[in-house]
Amino acid sequence: MEKSRPLWANPLQFVFACISYAVGLGNVWRFPYLCQMYGGGSFLVPYLVMLIVEGMPLLYLELAVGQRMRQGSIGAWKTISPYLGGVGLASVVVSFFLSMYYNIINAWAFWYLFHSFQDPLPWSVCPLNDNHTGYDEECEKASSTQYFWYRKTLNISPSIQDSGRVQWEPALCLVLAWLVVYLCVLRGTQSTGKVVYFTALLPYCVLIIYLVRGLTLHGATNGLAYMFTPKLEQLANPKAWINAATQIFFSLGLGFGSLIAFASYNEPSNNCQKHAIIVSLINSSTSIFASIVTFSIYGFKATFNYESCLNKVILLLTNSFDLEDGFLTTSNLEQVKGYLASTFPGKYSEVLPQMRNCSLQAELATAVQGTGLSFIVYTEAIKNMEVSQLWSVLYFFMLLMLGIGSMLGNTAAILTPLTDSKVVSSHLPKEAISGLVCLVNCVIGLVFTMESGNYWFDIFNDYAATLSLLLIVLVETIAVCYVYGLRRFESDLEAMTGRGLNWYWKAMWAGVSPLLIVSLFVFYLSDYILTGTLQYQAWDAFQGQLVTKDYPPYALAVIGLLVASSIMCIPLVALGTFITRCLKRGDTPPTA
Amino acid sequence: MLCLLFFLVTAVRAELCQPDAENAFKVRLSIRTALGDKAYAWDTNEEYLFKAMVAFSMRKVPNRETTEISHVLLCNVTQRVSFWFVVTDPSKNHTLPAVEIQSAIRMNRNRINNAFFLNDQTLEFLKIPSTLAPPTDPSMPIWIIIFSVIFCIVIVAVMLLILSGIRQRRRKSKGPSEVDDTEDKCENMITIENGIPCDPLDTKGGHINDAFMTEDERLTPL
Repeated sequence: MEKSRPLWANPLQFVFACISYAVGLGNVWRFPYLCQMYGGGSFLVPYLVMLIVEGMPLLYLELAVGQRMRQGSIGAWKTISPYLGGVGLASVVVSFFLSMYYNIINAWAFWYLFHSFQDPLPWSVCPLNDNHTGYDEECEKASSTQYFWYRKTLNISPSIQDSGRVQWEPALCLVLAWLVVYLCVLRGTQSTGKVVYFTALLPYCVLIIYLVRGLTLHGATNGLAYMFTPKLEQLANPKAWINAATQIFFSLGLGFGSLIAFASYNEPSNNCQKHAIIVSLINSSTSIFASIVTFSIYGFKATFNYESCLNKVILLLTNSFDLEDGFLTTSNLEQVKGYLASTFPGKYSEVLPQMRNCSLQAELATAVQGTGLSFIVYTEAIKNMEVSQLWSVLYFFMLLMLGIGSMLGNTAAILTPLTDSKVVSSHLPKEAISGLVCLVNCVIGLVFTMESGNYWFDIFNDYAATLSLLLIVLVETIAVCYVYGLRRFESDLEAMTGRGLNWYWKAMWAGVSPLLIVSLFVFYLSDYILTGTLQYQAWDAFQGQLVTKDYPPYALAVIGLLVASSIMCIPLVALGTFITRCLKRGDTPPTA
Repeated sequence: MLCLLFFLVTAVRAELCQPDAENAFKVRLSIRTALGDKAYAWDTNEEYLFKAMVAFSMRKVPNRETTEISHVLLCNVTQRVSFWFVVTDPSKNHTLPAVEIQSAIRMNRNRINNAFFLNDQTLEFLKIPSTLAPPTDPSMPIWIIIFSVIFCIVIVAVMLLILSGIRQRRRKSKGPSEVDDTEDKCENMITIENGIPCDPLDTKGGHINDAFMTEDERLTPL
């Protein structure tokens, strides 16, 4: 008797799995940054347009392919055309690269979560220097949150060439992170199906709690006003549209094979069109929701820093001119400054260089994305809230849920083709395959716990998936529409689900989406070529800030290898299949 | 003559306490910042208390146990509130070395702060750095404790899942032989309905159902 394919216990588990995979860290730490950079409220226009034109059709395509072929990415594309097994293999390779470096973020989230149970929070105060007369120098020059991130968490080296040793604390957290992922994927859909209820829903609970807290913070309205004031001239900026398209593309996690893997565990009659629309809408609304929270926190932090800056100026003036304590307030500051400048010009000009120009706009305009946003900016805001331990625990728990939800999708993309292939699954049980994959990824991931690990993380983050995914999805769309045949696929879907294919999807799949992807691809290639040498930000401990450096040749070679190894799968496998077919045809002469 | 001497003494004394004089220290208080509405006004009585605290600190230094309140001189009190002070020796001609005063104040900083309801930031002695509180390092970092707890829970859960998976697989491999036995048992049972045994449908051998084969073959034989 043939072993039947495991299924999701109910369609809700499938939807939650897709949401949990798509709603990840990018919604929290990349979308608010893009919103801020490209015109605030007006960025929503290109974002929604791209969602409808690019996000929904491509998501529906992947889910439909997975549900129809009922196999992981390699098997699915082989079924579409024997020459296109390389597309599936490229997806698996990209997923493998992603799972290598993505889990280190969960390790960092664990690290911060465990350190949140202290009073005071370890990143709120600078440690003392050796003879207890002052604070540590690096911490003084930077800030306590930056110091905790760069020195205590990463123990970062000055450049990518100085590798340093493996740090045992992040390494332990990485091992724990992989154990948790293994626990969730151990039993396949049985275990994953139950875990996704938590990883999909808990982040929303935390976001709602944070929304309520964030909106009641002092100065939150400053941040919200700053973000949502539309700067309509940005609509004419092509970079805004390109970044909107890129964000939709990567936020939904297209091209990794995870969506195909999830959909392959569906009942054939499942209405994946409805699910595709639901998942993409939820993903985008979560991005907007998360950016509301982020901007109220930004506003609080910026107002706090602005008021601290003003207080420092007030203290400086009070001390230099021996004014009465409490006389200078924020409301009469400008008046008094004018008075002092005219009455004591000499002394005033001495004090002037030390007076910083405090500007709320400048504080709000510091746009940060990525790990910097979560581990430096947010922690800085959290340390100034009341009961900061609670907010810190909640926040890092949410980050953990988001990260693990995405990791489940990634590992599913790798494990589903492995468990589908008869070669592997006949020799090893499911648990052993998952264990091996997790172990290999964990061991390779130890590279990111070295002192230069964060620089390698940035390399993987920026280059491992970007170009390859664009190409993979382009080939996928062309394969379904032109190689397999759009009409054939349409009749397959109709037979499978009982519903016809709307003209809108056909138009998007056949024409608009491939064109969009080609233009994105061309833009990125030209961008890479025009900028010449690639550079990275290194942390300088003596200055207490980031400096730009060039990548050494071997790092550039690694980047090239990352991009090439996944892209090359497509033509190489096609070529290989062609050759084996030719040889087979050559061996067996055609019968009369 | 005495008047002249008196003038001289006061002149000398006045010269001892001056801004940026040798062995003089500047003090700065931010009472309103620290206490808000409960701030007290700085008057001569408060100055007297300050002199008393400084004298008290000096008396704790060996060889300086005879310091009196009158040996502490204050000058240049501003609105800020800030002023300069020096401590003279019993002869009132020289000021005590800055190093001694520094160490005395540092030792008793907490008592001085508390006398005025202020802290290190609101009662500043310029040029006397305050000793920062040593960091409270627990014997075992807290994060390791939490990490170990979660680590053990996860490992136990993984073990449980793996073991139950192995047990399920072993049961399944024994499964098919058990299913055959039960099928045979079923066929030997006679179904009883309402106390009357029904004729068991003998499906083992291909049994011809008479209902369909009553007449001769009407179909044309091949």
